[in-house]
Amino acid sequence: MAGTAIEIENLTKDYPFGFLHLKKKRSLEGLTMTVEDGEVFGFLGPNGAGKSTTIKLLMSLIFPTAGTARILGKPISDIGMHRDIGYLPEQPYFYDYLTAAELLDYFARFFDLKATERRERVGRMLKKVGLETAGKIQLRKYSKGMLQRVGLAQAILHDPKVVILDEPMSGLDPLGRREVRDIILELKREGRTILFSTHILSDAEMLCDRVGVIVGGKLRGVGAPDEIVGVKAHGMEILFEYAGEGAQASGLLSQATRTGNRYRLQVEEEKLYATLEQLRGAGARILSVTQVKASLEEYFMHLVEADRAQAAAVEVHGK
Amino acid sequence: MTRVGVVAWNTFREAVRDRVLYNLVFFALLMIAAAILVGQISIEIEQTVIVTLGLSAISVIGLLMAVFIGVGLVSKEMDKRTLYALLSKPVRRWEFLLGKFGGLLLTLTVNTAAMAAGLFAALWYVKHPLDRGDSAVLVAVYFILLKLALVVALALLFSCYTSPLLAILFTAGLYVAGLFVNEMRDLQSATMAPGMKAFLRWLSYLLPNFRNFDVMASAAHGRAIPGMLLAQNTAYAALYCAIVLAAAATIFSRRNLK
Repeated sequence: MAGTAIEIENLTKDYPFGFLHLKKKRSLEGLTMTVEDGEVFGFLGPNGAGKSTTIKLLMSLIFPTAGTARILGKPISDIGMHRDIGYLPEQPYFYDYLTAAELLDYFARFFDLKATERRERVGRMLKKVGLETAGKIQLRKYSKGMLQRVGLAQAILHDPKVVILDEPMSGLDPLGRREVRDIILELKREGRTILFSTHILSDAEMLCDRVGVIVGGKLRGVGAPDEIVGVKAHGMEILFEYAGEGAQASGLLSQATRTGNRYRLQVEEEKLYATLEQLRGAGARILSVTQVKASLEEYFMHLVEADRAQAAAVEVHGK
Repeated sequence: MTRVGVVAWNTFREAVRDRVLYNLVFFALLMIAAAILVGQISIEIEQTVIVTLGLSAISVIGLLMAVFIGVGLVSKEMDKRTLYALLSKPVRRWEFLLGKFGGLLLTLTVNTAAMAAGLFAALWYVKHPLDRGDSAVLVAVYFILLKLALVVALALLFSCYTSPLLAILFTAGLYVAGLFVNEMRDLQSATMAPGMKAFLRWLSYLLPNFRNFDVMASAAHGRAIPGMLLAQNTAYAALYCAIVLAAAATIFSRRNLK
């Protein structure tokens, strides 16, 4: 790693609310973290955790109550630095009276590109996100997934060094998600730094060098995905087919979940081989054996509950 | 300034694609009908009626566009969040704001110019050939455009810190107040406290004076409009717009886009 691409120090954001905006709600509290050059950093957290707030602060769409942040060594207030940053907003929406090609050409004009270069780049980007045949269609006729792809294309149109993506997989079908993952990996291969927010662990596991977990506006940890979530196997899941009604397997069948003539059975890791033997002896056909991991949702729930418990304790103490 | 131009061109393109200029068809039909009707029922005052009707229509249609589209210039982009991707490019907020202003002004100019052409066509129908006195109509159209520029700037200012509905009310309210600033300045009442008189006098200078731009009567009667008024109104509108847009840019540059 050559250096630090994004440095965030004690970033805090309060939103005023109520009549005359006298009350304040803290959305982000003292966030301090870094994203290194060339790494893919996943920003994980449940909805409302502060992920989008952080990203909007980085893009100067909102302004911090306290703290500072720098991207590529320049303060976030320096708009000129946006030449080196690409940004995909959450659930992006664009001028629907334009076609995808017109939109990309419009954005390209802000980078002082000549007409021939703009045309070449727009064509290349549309191809990259799989919209080369839909480039001349007005965006009002686009599906959510297609808009997401246009959003990605406009984010990387100007060859940025740092790409910030807010929930890039949201609203996409499995194929679309795969394509976005491939684009992110390609951007990484090209040496770009990528910060993206998500609440889906599998995305983070597949793509990220490091992740930061944020809950309730506070950063709860930073590290490699497995390390940070502290994933522990809950046990093993056996998927098998069984057509008979043999007494030999009846005990296991009662514990399994049935779908047609397929069964899913969760067992402790140390009992796996004995259970497999028993099933095989009863004539069951083993289809797969997978490790059952704690999901990120469970992890979040654990953190959220810990937060609530802490808040309740503070309230009781306060009384 | 290139970036301002890019935003302005896209704003104009939006107006064209959203069929905003369709009102021109309505105006054209109105002018044709008025020319035919006036030609038949009025004697000697055809020009006065056509010019008054035409300038009033140009002014009302322009004002409706300036207020309603002007208020939506920023608020629509914030509501639909189209602004997020744009501001992630190297575009300063004041550049965006100025571009939006320029784009709507371009739309209004095209609109007003097309309507003015329609008005002159109707005028030619009832009285040809046209004479030098008719150039006052052209000046009146130009003054309407200056007035619209001021209204757009005010609509932009209000939409930068309040809801679209309130911004419409404030802009419309200020426009109406701006029609009566001369009366406010010369208001003399025996029961009025001297402090209030001074306050009203200052307020009359602070509010935009829209009465200055009204030369409809002169244009309708073919009276020449002094060159000094042309220069004064141009300078007044430019200065007032600059101040209002600077205030709008200051507010918008500090606004959190949720």
